[in-house]
Amino acid sequence: MARIIVLLKDIVDLTEMKVDPETRQPKTEGVKRKISEVDKRALETAIKLKESGEGEVIALSMGGSGTRTALLAALAMGADAAYIINDEALAGVDALATSKVLKAAVEKLGDYDLIIGGEMALDSLSAQVCPRLAELLGLPQVTYVKEIELGEGTLRAVRDLEDVDEVVEVDLPAVVAVVREVNEPRIPSLMNIMKAKRKPTEEWDAEAVGLSAEEVKASSSVEVLKVEAPKVDRKRIVIKADTIEDAVLQLAEAIVSEGVLER
Amino acid sequence: MAQNVLAFSEDRGLLIQLLGKGKELADSLGGELNVLLVGSNISDSGELAQYGSKKTLVADDPGFEHFSVEAYKEAFLKAVEASDPRIILIGATKRGKELAARVAAALDTGCMTECLSLEVDEEGNLVGERLTYAGSTIATEVSRRAPHIATIPSRAFETPEPGEGVGEIVTLDVSIPEPRVKVVERRDKVKGDMGLEGAPIIVSAGRGFKAKEDLKLLEELAGVLEAKVGCSRPISADLGWMEDWIGISGRKVSPKFYLACGISGTIQHVAGIRDSQIIVSINEDANANIHEISDYSLVGDLYTVLPALIKALKEKIG
Ligand SMILES: Cc1cc2nc3c(=O)[nH]c(=O)nc-3n(C[C@H](O)[C@H](O)[C@H](O)COP(=O)(O)OP(=O)(O)OC[C@H]3O[C@@H](n4cnc5c(N)ncnc54)[C@H](O)[C@@H]3O)c2cc1C
Repeated sequence: MARIIVLLKDIVDLTEMKVDPETRQPKTEGVKRKISEVDKRALETAIKLKESGEGEVIALSMGGSGTRTALLAALAMGADAAYIINDEALAGVDALATSKVLKAAVEKLGDYDLIIGGEMALDSLSAQVCPRLAELLGLPQVTYVKEIELGEGTLRAVRDLEDVDEVVEVDLPAVVAVVREVNEPRIPSLMNIMKAKRKPTEEWDAEAVGLSAEEVKASSSVEVLKVEAPKVDRKRIVIKADTIEDAVLQLAEAIVSEGVLER
Repeated sequence: MAQNVLAFSEDRGLLIQLLGKGKELADSLGGELNVLLVGSNISDSGELAQYGSKKTLVADDPGFEHFSVEAYKEAFLKAVEASDPRIILIGATKRGKELAARVAAALDTGCMTECLSLEVDEEGNLVGERLTYAGSTIATEVSRRAPHIATIPSRAFETPEPGEGVGEIVTLDVSIPEPRVKVVERRDKVKGDMGLEGAPIIVSAGRGFKAKEDLKLLEELAGVLEAKVGCSRPISADLGWMEDWIGISGRKVSPKFYLACGISGTIQHVAGIRDSQIIVSINEDANANIHEISDYSLVGDLYTVLPALIKALKEKIG
């Protein structure tokens, strides 16, 4: 019976995020939030491992006011319970502070066999939380995992590195970070979406996991000063013609006029 | 606190790029640049002084033959002790990034991932620019507590010319922990250089291609245009049809002409082609995002469009 903690981050839906044409700043207020894509695959990994034996999948997230709604998707996919650390005083802290909070939450959750997260959250792209958590908990880390299976108190995984696929074995507990290629996350059935609302969800503040929000905040070192989308300046010509042959001829003309054939 | 810079990468080419930037940062702080080498039977530790490294800290042990994050972390902590850095630069390979995060946690300090620019501000803090929101934005971040750690991807900074520098070699005595993660097999990957990064013309395939054989269509077009052939991540990472892909997690390209064929244009892909001069998209879905960032869009089935385009271009060339 494996107890698996999955680390999930809810982020703005990147396909719906717009950029202010004047300031070039992304507009994140009011945009729908969802579980970051690779984290979702970490959750799918955990659910599959649970299904291949017996166990429990616990979703853990440090988030904000929208996290509870975003995590319903995790419960609908098959997580058994969700725990959220939501403390306004922690808004905007860095990966170091986030890992400290997650460590405290993991310890509060009690015994576990495995902690799984995604390689990186797609908003911050910082790729730090899993290795940091492993260090803080004194656990081995197995990153860039694209295949995984559990044995008796052990784990075997294939790591996707630049030059090799590395097959590794490690005793549990351990921290695992998966890559996009590990699986395709399932789409929950309507029935499971209904059931999700009845699954246990708990929200904690920093104090509830035994931390002082001020101290955690003070330990945060990296601060975001500015975020800006680079200017896109494209012609955006949509080629229109009655037949596809004519459209292709127009495209060929365009390619010639752009000097692509000049050598 | 000392004003030194410590650089590490297990990738030698990238390490030298780090040294170029590291020297600049060390000079602006009035400190020295030092470098860490970890491995087994290291023979070329003398070479790095040419790039301005004062101390080359060497952790040489059979236990370091293969990269293991926990063992390398021990070497790193020794190097930090021996060189007292204010700034730590680590090459942002996959291994480098997991090491940087673990070292940062051990040193209880911050880390900025994959910095594209770096400078020291008036307060002596490290300021970096990096991609966020899946690659659609550039964030400026500051690390407020030393030691400041930044990882740096390949080609963010130029490779410096070697000079005349002299440095010393310091041997680190590291006790290597028994590896908890045991490597039972290493399967080498074929990952050649597809020559995309400097290519002036690139035609690129996405999941709109139904079968590997169909890529012949694109290859034929590439022949006509004297182009290199690239692809989106699923074509390479899921299907294995090509060795490498274009995008935020793959190659970043900046050709004069980029043709995206059967590619939907997700943020992650677009982040790798943004510096192209002209982008053309062929996609049967009129609402595909790729059209939003293209100079010319053709809405149509690539299986009809490509043969006709090849024929039309051949006629133009004559
Ligand atoms: C952490 C992370 C990093 C990533 N990094 C990258 C990266 O660096 N590069 C990258 O590319 N992706 C990356 N991705 C993946 C990315 O999110 C998308 O999955 C991927 O870009 C989609 O590839 P695609 O456009 O080929 O496929 P799809 O999104 O499936 O698009 C296929 C397109 O083909 C069109 N089409 C289908 N049939 C035809 C036809 N007959 N004729 C014409 N058009 C047709 C469709 O309309 C569709 O728009 C990353 C993902 C994650 C999570």
